[in-house]
Amino acid sequence: MMDVGRHPRVELMTFSEVETVSGFVGNFHVTVRKKARYVDPTECTSCEECSKVCPVAVPDEYQQGFSSRKAIYIPFPQAVPSAFILDMDNCLGNNPIACGKCSDVCEKKCIDYDDQDELVNIEVGVIIAATGMDVYDPTEYDEYGYTRFDNVITSMEFERLICAGGPTGGNFMRPSDQERPKRIGFIQCVGSRSRDGRGNPYCSNICCMNTVKDTLLLCDHYPDTESSVFYMDIRAFGKGFEDMYMRSKEEGVKYIRGIPGEVVEDPKTGNLILTVENTTTGKLEQHELEMLVLSQGVIPRKDNDTIKKLLTLSSTSDGFIMESHPKLKPVDAPTKGIFIAGCVESPKDVKESVTQASAAAARASILLNAGKTKVEAITSQVNAELCNFCGICATVCPYNAILAPDRKAKKPPTIIQAACAGCGACAAECATDAITMRHFTDDQILAQIDAILSHKPHEHLITFACNWCSYAGGDNAGTSRLQYPTTSRLIRTMCSGRVDEKFVIRAFKMGAPMVLVSGCHFADCHYISAVHWTQKRMDRIWTKMEKLGIRPERLQLEWISAAEGQKFAKVMRDLEETVKQVTMEEIEHSMKVMAEEEIRMAEKKAKARPKPVAEVAV
Amino acid sequence: MADVLKTPEELRIGVFVCECGLNIAGTIDCTAVSEYAKTLDDVVCVVQNKYTCADPGQNEIKKAIAEYDLNRVVVASCTPKIHEPTFRECVADAGMNPYLFEMVNIREHVSWVHQNEKELATEKAKDLVRSGVARARFLEPQIEAEVPVTKAALVIGGGVTGIQAALDLADGGHQVYLVEKEASIGGIMAALDKTYPTMDCSI
Repeated sequence: MMDVGRHPRVELMTFSEVETVSGFVGNFHVTVRKKARYVDPTECTSCEECSKVCPVAVPDEYQQGFSSRKAIYIPFPQAVPSAFILDMDNCLGNNPIACGKCSDVCEKKCIDYDDQDELVNIEVGVIIAATGMDVYDPTEYDEYGYTRFDNVITSMEFERLICAGGPTGGNFMRPSDQERPKRIGFIQCVGSRSRDGRGNPYCSNICCMNTVKDTLLLCDHYPDTESSVFYMDIRAFGKGFEDMYMRSKEEGVKYIRGIPGEVVEDPKTGNLILTVENTTTGKLEQHELEMLVLSQGVIPRKDNDTIKKLLTLSSTSDGFIMESHPKLKPVDAPTKGIFIAGCVESPKDVKESVTQASAAAARASILLNAGKTKVEAITSQVNAELCNFCGICATVCPYNAILAPDRKAKKPPTIIQAACAGCGACAAECATDAITMRHFTDDQILAQIDAILSHKPHEHLITFACNWCSYAGGDNAGTSRLQYPTTSRLIRTMCSGRVDEKFVIRAFKMGAPMVLVSGCHFADCHYISAVHWTQKRMDRIWTKMEKLGIRPERLQLEWISAAEGQKFAKVMRDLEETVKQVTMEEIEHSMKVMAEEEIRMAEKKAKARPKPVAEVAV
Repeated sequence: MADVLKTPEELRIGVFVCECGLNIAGTIDCTAVSEYAKTLDDVVCVVQNKYTCADPGQNEIKKAIAEYDLNRVVVASCTPKIHEPTFRECVADAGMNPYLFEMVNIREHVSWVHQNEKELATEKAKDLVRSGVARARFLEPQIEAEVPVTKAALVIGGGVTGIQAALDLADGGHQVYLVEKEASIGGIMAALDKTYPTMDCSI
């Protein structure tokens, strides 16, 4: 912590938040909000005089609320920067002028009640998201009585109670009577590996070893303590972990396989009576404990959505941020130049976090050292002669990469190539087909549709899959060897927003019984909001199909994430049934009306285009 | 940029069918797929490989590009997520624009998910190869623009991970901005008493 605080090449921006990120690999423009801290951290000497006179006392978050702090305080003694901060929400009556005691005693005069937030612009080539995790709140596990019984605490609270820098100065005591507990229980997997709708289904990875560590600390500090750990499996998988677990057992810690069903408190003693089925012996046991520690799991940060939006990241079904490739690119985000490390990616311990941090730094260094990089060639381009200046392209662009056309000046839109990420929503929405999406052109995609449907068209489910989510979801089904019927024929687009109405029309014209369009979930869209246009377009096509006497069910829309191989396979199985229900009569009808529709649409587009330049000039 | 590049007029497409050991060949009749590919218009060369991504496989592609004067390459193998960059580089080495390469996924999307339906899987693979070749006919060369990289990094989050990443980058000589939401760096780790497996102080 100290090293980073004083490193000449690290600009530390604490009490600050990233507000906007724009640009692309190598060239990110970032705005950071430096929140007002009301104490100048460069001047503050942490002399503590201010907090001594501060009349306000509020629960100390760092000490898990076991002790109090003042409204002007230092987060913890070793804080970096070593400076106080004024908590304006709790400062007297929110009107410091009424009090002003801290300012009066501050010799350095570094307290400024009128301090304001400051917006700082920075330019960077790479970004590492290391935004971490939250801990699970065990309140909903009411049978453990966390909110009802004083002596039921969480593992984070345990950390503070056993710490020499904690609220009790390291004298381990229980909350109800400040006595040192001698019989202590630990319940594992609180909020983890849960299938009953509470907590999370995944393993939080760190809690087993954290509890083993806690028991060893107790053995070391207080050898007369009897610790019991209630668990379903002890996962001591890391280097040296099994040794630690064995040492804990040798020290006399009891490991009881079974998750308790109920905890009640003896109101006289404040002790806890825990009932558990010991699954090793098959017997029901009761344990009287003086303190119970709930080994709480790790959860994604509550503000993960903010970071996802800022950096166009997506998450796996558990809510953690998804990496570019689970084995080969574990710290790369799908967006070039952005890396992820630590618990933002999945629950992990200090060693693994540090490993990923170094990996992300090394990956980022490749770009920084090279000093240059290649950007996406898959961008859109405008054919000025076909543009009718309607401006829909600029409206749909999630990246503001299109400067709107000017109808009066007959100026077509301008596409900022470096800012274009290549979703293709503009090309799909363009009323005159004036926009071409490089490497995913109409010609290329229509050729695929025609080719697939040139043989046994009525048997095939034409499936459009977006590169980042649904296509990858299909890959996930493959790597998981999930079996599904062979009906589908996939066509990859970068984004489902690229799927033009004319593709759907062509597929039906060519005799497809069904068409599936699949893309990212709204929150996961790799192109920020392009997927909204997919939805809007599909709504339009469904209405049209109804008018043309085609069952709208023959066009399906599914959101499948890269992690949802199971969903991908299920959709394929379900649609197999639906495909079978489409009659030859229906197919013949749709072939006929969609052929007509294709001609009608082409005529409409031709009409919408401006007259050739020569005529206009006359 | 790309607009100025001319597409060659006569299409000469090479198709490379990968067996991926038994990953693909265990389900799909790769020989049947190769034979089928030979019947497609504009396909002038078809090669079947045990592992197209390995050096011998890549060499076959490079050799065929020279020998048959190929101007489009279609590889039917695994997901482009894994080897599209590999093959793009391979064709570029042979002097072809990497965007004239097309990949057909017959592993993740076919052989691995239709293991009990060998015939239908082979038919699906043929359809996808036909689709890939059809697309390849319309591929155009593209140029990836080169942009400079600003020599500075932003690290968001000042927990143990962010601190380590910032230090590594800074020690490597790069300017780093470390942004932390709270008033001090340290994150959750700073609230721990001791950490395993070393049982030492967390701060």
